[in-house]
Amino acid sequence: MEVRAEDRPWQAVVWNDPVNLMSYVTYVFQKLFGYSRDKATKLMLDVHHKGRAIVSSGTKDKVEADVAKLHAAGLWATMQRAS
Amino acid sequence: MRKWTRDGEVVVGRFDRQEAAVVRGLVSQIQDMLLARADEAPQDELSELTGIRTGPSTAPDDPILGRLLPDFHRLDPDAPDPGDLDSAAALRSLHEPELLDLKTGTAGVVLDTCPPEGGEVRLLPEQAEAWLASINDVRLALGTALDVNEDMPDELPPDDPRSPHLGVYHWLTWVQETLIEAVMS
Repeated sequence: MEVRAEDRPWQAVVWNDPVNLMSYVTYVFQKLFGYSRDKATKLMLDVHHKGRAIVSSGTKDKVEADVAKLHAAGLWATMQRAS
Repeated sequence: MRKWTRDGEVVVGRFDRQEAAVVRGLVSQIQDMLLARADEAPQDELSELTGIRTGPSTAPDDPILGRLLPDFHRLDPDAPDPGDLDSAAALRSLHEPELLDLKTGTAGVVLDTCPPEGGEVRLLPEQAEAWLASINDVRLALGTALDVNEDMPDELPPDDPRSPHLGVYHWLTWVQETLIEAVMS
């Protein structure tokens, strides 16, 4: 059965950029989302090596708030519907 | 400047007069840019009445401000998806006023805690968090202005006009890196 677009969850995506430090990105993921050091490090490495990582998902309101927090921390973040 | 250290929950750093002037000068410049952007926000009677502020719906033309205040959707610069473009405009006007408040606020914490004549800087956890965000904003601004990329050398040829600024950028990287180490230790 096909999932309708409006039923798919939203995702917060963080993109790689040449300025943000690996240690800072890890710190931000731990601080904002309460992720373990290991999980935050894995997501940071995904951003660094793959160019992007999905760092949170859920309702539009939740993901919108997450992206706003990531912007406050200076990370390059956007939101999208899960494909 | 020596590395930041921990004293209980307090993080301690020390800046000489010139270093303090560099930090304060750059943080003030970013704060001024953000305050100028905040002044451009549309004023209307409804928002005065309701207290709900509305920011501009379009991204700043200036690349530095554009990096500090990103879009909520990834937009193709040549052919953006019309739905994403509308949504990004709406999300920007909704969230930008608060984002500007947060960024000018963290800059204010640095200016309040970094003595103009230099000396010891003692930061409570929330103040250290503000320093990290604000120093990061300065690095984002400098990185954008200097067109920093992943392969950037530690030093540019001496005749490159960006050369002295790159030294400041790398120094701020060190300040931020050692502050993270101290905060997370």
